[in-house]
Amino acid sequence: MSAKTIVLEVKNLSMNFGGLRALSDVDLDILQGEIVALIGPNGAGKTTCFNCITGIYDPTEGDILLRSPQGKGVRLNGLKPNQVTELGMARTFQNIRLFPSMTVLENVMLGTHCRTKSGILGAILRDRKTREEEVRVVNKSYELLKLVGLDHHVNDLASNLPYGAQRRLEIARALATDPFLLLLDEPAAGMNPNETIALEQLVMRIRDELDMSILLIEHDMKMVMSISDRVHVLEYGQKIAEGTPAEVGANPQVIKAYLGEEAVDA
Amino acid sequence: MEGFKKSLLACIWFMFLTFPLVVIRVDTAEKTVQWRWMHMLWVGLGAFLLSYVWRFMLKRKAMGRSATNPDGTPVVPFLQRLSANPPLARSIMAVIAIGALVFPWLFSTYQTNIMISAMIYIVLGLGLNIVVGLSGQLVLGYAAFYAAGAYSYALLNHHFGLGFWTALPLGAGAAALCGIILGIPVLRLRGDYLAIVTLGFGEIVRLVLENWNEFSMGPSGVSGISRPGLFSVELSVDGATTYIYYLMIGLVALTIFVINRLKNSRIGRAWLALREDEIACVAMGVDRMKTKLTAFALGATWAGMAGVVFAAKTTFINPASFTFMESAMILAIVVLGGMGSILGVSLAALLILLLPEYLRAFSEYRMLLFGATMVLFMVFRPQGLVSSERQRYEFKETKESQG
Repeated sequence: MSAKTIVLEVKNLSMNFGGLRALSDVDLDILQGEIVALIGPNGAGKTTCFNCITGIYDPTEGDILLRSPQGKGVRLNGLKPNQVTELGMARTFQNIRLFPSMTVLENVMLGTHCRTKSGILGAILRDRKTREEEVRVVNKSYELLKLVGLDHHVNDLASNLPYGAQRRLEIARALATDPFLLLLDEPAAGMNPNETIALEQLVMRIRDELDMSILLIEHDMKMVMSISDRVHVLEYGQKIAEGTPAEVGANPQVIKAYLGEEAVDA
Repeated sequence: MEGFKKSLLACIWFMFLTFPLVVIRVDTAEKTVQWRWMHMLWVGLGAFLLSYVWRFMLKRKAMGRSATNPDGTPVVPFLQRLSANPPLARSIMAVIAIGALVFPWLFSTYQTNIMISAMIYIVLGLGLNIVVGLSGQLVLGYAAFYAAGAYSYALLNHHFGLGFWTALPLGAGAAALCGIILGIPVLRLRGDYLAIVTLGFGEIVRLVLENWNEFSMGPSGVSGISRPGLFSVELSVDGATTYIYYLMIGLVALTIFVINRLKNSRIGRAWLALREDEIACVAMGVDRMKTKLTAFALGATWAGMAGVVFAAKTTFINPASFTFMESAMILAIVVLGGMGSILGVSLAALLILLLPEYLRAFSEYRMLLFGATMVLFMVFRPQGLVSSERQRYEFKETKESQG
């Protein structure tokens, strides 16, 4: 395989909320086809970092550069979330944000919104182009539901799904936007060990089969250690370590951040 | 037994509360005091019965979630059974359609006029349903768009003699423009704040119409608006009423057709998603501004068309027809009918318009009944008369088809 290209590069990212500095000078990069984990204690700024990257917040300082596999680079600062999604980056949310009174299939179909074009007139007249697009969207969404194992729930309301399934549905919905970079915000939160293992396999499959790069925030260390290629560690808004899971696990600063001062001395 | 005791308590409490009002009567002329104990009995009995029924309904509602028939099969709502049985649904539709078509020949012009009003409200309800029911933007100034349509026709007709059919698209366009004008500044607002701003917008429009004499002829309104002519033939009042009646049937059918198609389209799904979770919706690549503005513009368009028909029907309009009460009434239709449900909104519009007409005897209690109905609905059927159903898709292995 040739030298891998960088798909996402974050340089000197800082985010202030009034007087509070939630992130300061964070650097981050993800290579094509990599699974990178972003970890850190609660309140370290992981989700803030996600929100800056996906355009929900406009960072105070720093640059965020997204490079598609075709080599087109775009600076994301100041773009709206939907524009960022259109460029090929999709995300899931820490506290599940599905569309509860829409069906499972419709949730995924919505993800294709920015890749489809039919407008009001098309919807009213239902011409051939619109019909063909609709069939394409339905089929693609169904395939994605198969991938995450929800193809038996197509017509259920999203709110009626069990918790773990809702998380997987969020992933399917994100994939429907045709991304090349997927951001997962604590995908395993609240899952039991079996579900977590299934999720690990799903994430690996998505990476391998769909040729995706993945950035994930996760608290489940077992999962982080087993699936990620590299790990970035945040504490109090600053990056304190970076490296392979083994390197990071042995880093005294990281141990201190997670377990406290005494653990390092012992 | 518990319920019985509680109802008894409620009954005693009410008898105590109303005692000074309904029992004691001081006759100042004869300087006597009357004790009307019978009244107390009636109050007690009424309170007891109401409280008992209330409790019974609440209990039934709590159990109703897992409703099953005696033989264990789940209770299927009537409408779902109907949609599972297309021949039956079709024949019911046919009966309704025939009934609607022969109506003006069977009943008087007065009745036909009432039906026209009811249908105008169906169109208004369905239009607001796009904004409130589908895209979840709580708009309290919907009457402003209605006014925009009505005044477009009235003024164009008055000053330039424009006919109904030319004014119809122009009125719709004017209302859509108003929708966009209102939509742009409120893009960032949602919920209560949006409601307040739109309420203000509705009032501003009404006040402008009331006070800008040179433009809208002030509170005295515009009169002598021409009725729609049939191929430039002047129709009699009765003829014009029948004509407008059929025109409204056409407009209602068009509205239902269009909204039904929009509901399950790419745009419709984006509206729903916007209603459900704005942040997630935007993060999934939906352009918030475009989606919201289309909802506002399309919702307003129907109000504009309804306004043009209204002006043509009454031949006289003034700002008093477009008060906040009007907006509230249309919103009540949407909420009672069921957010996002076409059938529900149509039924609610008919009920809310026709009941007061035929129950003139109770006209003094109209608002009271209105309020009570609202409260009862919110408690026992928060989803409205007919809850909206989402489209179902059927998949067979490998070969998929849309159902």
